[in-house]
Amino acid sequence: MKVGVVVFPGSNCDHDAWYAISRNLGQRAEFIWHDSRAVGDVDAVILPGGFSYGDYLRCGAIAKFSPVLQAVKTFARDGGLVLGICNGFQVLTEAGLLPGALVRNANLKFVCKAVPLEVVTTDSPFTHEAAKGQTLTLPVAHGEGCYVADEQVLDQLEAEDRVVLRYRVNCNGSMRNIAGILNAGRNVMGMMPHPERAADPLVGNTDGLTILNSLVTAGVPASRS
Amino acid sequence: MKITPDVIAAHQLTSSEYEKILGLLGREPSITELGIFGVMWSEHCSYKSSRIHLKKLPTESSRVLQGPGENAGIIDVGDGIAIAFKIESHNHPSFIEPFQGAATGVGGILRDIFTMGARPIAVLDSIRFGRLDDPKTGERNRRILEGVVSGIAHYGNCFGVPTVGGECAFEESYDGNPLVNVFALGVFRHDEIFYGKASGVGNSVIYVGAKTGRDGIHGASMASAEFTEESKQKRPNVQVGDPFMEKLLLEACLEAMKTGAIVGIQDMGAAGLTSSTCEMGSRAGTGIEIDLQYVPQRESGMTPYEMMLSESQERMLLVAERGREEEVFAVFRKWGLDAVAIGVVTDDGLLRVKNHGEVFAEIPNRALADEAPKYNRPFTSPLRTAPQHGPDIRSNDFTSDLKKLLASGDLCSKKWIYEQYDYQVRTNTLAGPGGDAAIVRIKGTNTSVAMALDGNGRYCALDPREGTKLIVAECCRNLSTVGALPIATTNNLNFGNPERPEIMAQIVESIEGLAEACKFFEVPVTGGNVSLYNETLGTPIFPTPVVGIVGTLETAIPVGTAFKKGGLAIIALGGLGNPDSHELGATQYAKVICDSLWGKPPALNMDYEKRVQSTIRELVRERSVESAHDVGEGGLAVALVESCFGPGNLGADVNLDSSLPPEMLLFHEGPSRILVSTGDPQKVFDAARKNRVDAVAIGVTLESRVIIRNRNQLLIDSRVDELKDLWTHSLEDLLHNPVLVNTNV
Repeated sequence: MKVGVVVFPGSNCDHDAWYAISRNLGQRAEFIWHDSRAVGDVDAVILPGGFSYGDYLRCGAIAKFSPVLQAVKTFARDGGLVLGICNGFQVLTEAGLLPGALVRNANLKFVCKAVPLEVVTTDSPFTHEAAKGQTLTLPVAHGEGCYVADEQVLDQLEAEDRVVLRYRVNCNGSMRNIAGILNAGRNVMGMMPHPERAADPLVGNTDGLTILNSLVTAGVPASRS
Repeated sequence: MKITPDVIAAHQLTSSEYEKILGLLGREPSITELGIFGVMWSEHCSYKSSRIHLKKLPTESSRVLQGPGENAGIIDVGDGIAIAFKIESHNHPSFIEPFQGAATGVGGILRDIFTMGARPIAVLDSIRFGRLDDPKTGERNRRILEGVVSGIAHYGNCFGVPTVGGECAFEESYDGNPLVNVFALGVFRHDEIFYGKASGVGNSVIYVGAKTGRDGIHGASMASAEFTEESKQKRPNVQVGDPFMEKLLLEACLEAMKTGAIVGIQDMGAAGLTSSTCEMGSRAGTGIEIDLQYVPQRESGMTPYEMMLSESQERMLLVAERGREEEVFAVFRKWGLDAVAIGVVTDDGLLRVKNHGEVFAEIPNRALADEAPKYNRPFTSPLRTAPQHGPDIRSNDFTSDLKKLLASGDLCSKKWIYEQYDYQVRTNTLAGPGGDAAIVRIKGTNTSVAMALDGNGRYCALDPREGTKLIVAECCRNLSTVGALPIATTNNLNFGNPERPEIMAQIVESIEGLAEACKFFEVPVTGGNVSLYNETLGTPIFPTPVVGIVGTLETAIPVGTAFKKGGLAIIALGGLGNPDSHELGATQYAKVICDSLWGKPPALNMDYEKRVQSTIRELVRERSVESAHDVGEGGLAVALVESCFGPGNLGADVNLDSSLPPEMLLFHEGPSRILVSTGDPQKVFDAARKNRVDAVAIGVTLESRVIIRNRNQLLIDSRVDELKDLWTHSLEDLLHNPVLVNTNV
């Protein structure tokens, strides 16, 4: 498995994702610079955490116009696995690859802490190694992680089993406690928590390996879209 | 513009300083030159009141690669790896505009680190405010705290450096003069070190980063004056930070350094273009000639005076080999940043500032950077307002006292603060905020770095010399408690007006105490910052030196401060202490329960302290203890219940055997004590005996309840979850639902 990690100028969890995939999981990982027009021969793409282009406007509002995002869209359309973490999730919603939006946390403050999450579905390349209903405790670190969408969209996400992770304790005001969702093709996932920060026994938490192991063992799925 | 006495005074220069300028130049300065002298000779840039005393500090050891005088100190940590670290204050800007003042403080110290070639991997902050529950000033203090915390969060989080620890305290003396001291640490290989030197005549002087605007003009002189009612009108002096720009600057600088074309580099901090040019020239013994027409400008019509004094953020000055400029420009283009050649290195030792070819300033670099006046200001004995004797203490509900202490601003959990900081980005944080010391691993090696910041205005108000020694001891103890060997120090000296002899005496005694303790604990000082004139309307802050000490340890899962299971022996390593009654006056007990300050700080035996520290390092390294927590402010009782506040909600059953009065026994803050829990007490006793220190078994860990007795007299009995709840949520309550107290009663 070869994973490409997209690097926007303001990405700051790019190296963490690279480290988790290459050092903690022993897979191949490489960086993809934001002005690249193709993602190359990778099997999966991670959009990492950070502040893409500063994000002084809405998070990800400029990133959606970047050359690499057009390449990621093509990759995703062809069934490639795309995992957006934190800022990556924000970028995916801005780019229209995932529904809804991430707005400022309900208390208007940045929040950094470990939060318990429920694995809602294991029918995804990102959670097939988890057990349904399992609790994963993962770090969050965001100022704009409050997931919002129309009622109709939320109903549809639930009806199609596309809510992957829910907060067991809502830390940001997200509707229906949503922490991570899938696209209709189930090959694109966005999540606010950081699995790459919980992939090393030394940092005291390895719950993130469940997600990352699922990703690297998923292989290249057939497109369902 | 004519140079009149008023113009000279407006630049915070005295008439004798002006005479010295006339002598150095051999003529009358232009207004641009006067402005340049004004900032370079300000207290903030020149350390003119403290320099002769700072010479007393120890600065060398076999590990020190760079001591004071550069942008940051550098320490060898083995395997060809080095760390760069420093602390800096942004007190004055944070009072005027808390959010941007604190944010740009973070930005400034980060640039000091990566200008040396190191990638920042940790930030800690030491912040102090007026009382949150004061009826008159509480509202403002709460607003300043919220602003400072969100400013630090905004900048550090976006930049991508974890804020892994620090300290926060509240005291009336910081009303109207908050302290915001930010520490940063970076890591690199020995062959990646860069210095702020403009070497090589004919080399290009290149400006990189953000454009220059009119912001922050005279920030350095502002930071060197007392606050008055007019200070609020100085808001335009505070700069606005752009952490995204800084992140780009970081990546571009580190990448450009790899080209091999860069000779020297320095950030544009206080006094911006002025300090970077003359300091780089002075260090190399060269001259620098720049033409301001090439400087990227944010607004039109700026004068040379304004450009030279601008403190616009996120700018750097670098010197590149002649003929290799394009290699540097290419990197900055990649990151979308301005990089422009604005001048050359010359052989005449002068800072020559031109604009469109016309000369506006021509001053010897050394006159600016090295010839600043040094004052041996007169000093008497340190200012002291506290009495020797305290009120009569008659408490008989120690559980209630403990609860008050746990809910007090200084001792309660700082979760509300640190959860706003990203303390994990870069996935190196092995021990984050809330412990005795933060631990960050260095990837690719087997080495981790531990860091702690400590200050104590109360101790230093009672005795600046002993107080400063105590904070060095405490900081080294914090590092030792996580298993790290302390190796080097940075310091931030926050004091009032040095022109007052009783304040100058605080400064001198504190520096001498710092020198003595840093020598004794073998933690040389590699740099730091002095912030003076911390007074508002004539009232000085408590003398508040803050030390940041770093240590190294082998990378491993940390032992932690919290009890992990029931049935373990609890041992007071270092013993229970033997304080005299005056020492209670310095404590949090005196502050919270008695609302008073008196007596003297706890007595420190440095020799004993050092042996306690060796013992705990040995025990932690060998994993002979399950938890270890320093006994600090709040004393034994607070340290004990803090050890119960881990995820398991474990408690403790403690039975002491002491002749001390209960409030002394529970709450005195005598140093050299560490609480450990262990399944193998004999190992702890053996190590203690070997190092000739006391180790007293005081009880066992148990489920969910804390009970403390002395000679079978029950002193404290409470459920752990009740205490923990109080401790966890108190700061939020103080901020959002303060119960205002009338301090006059």
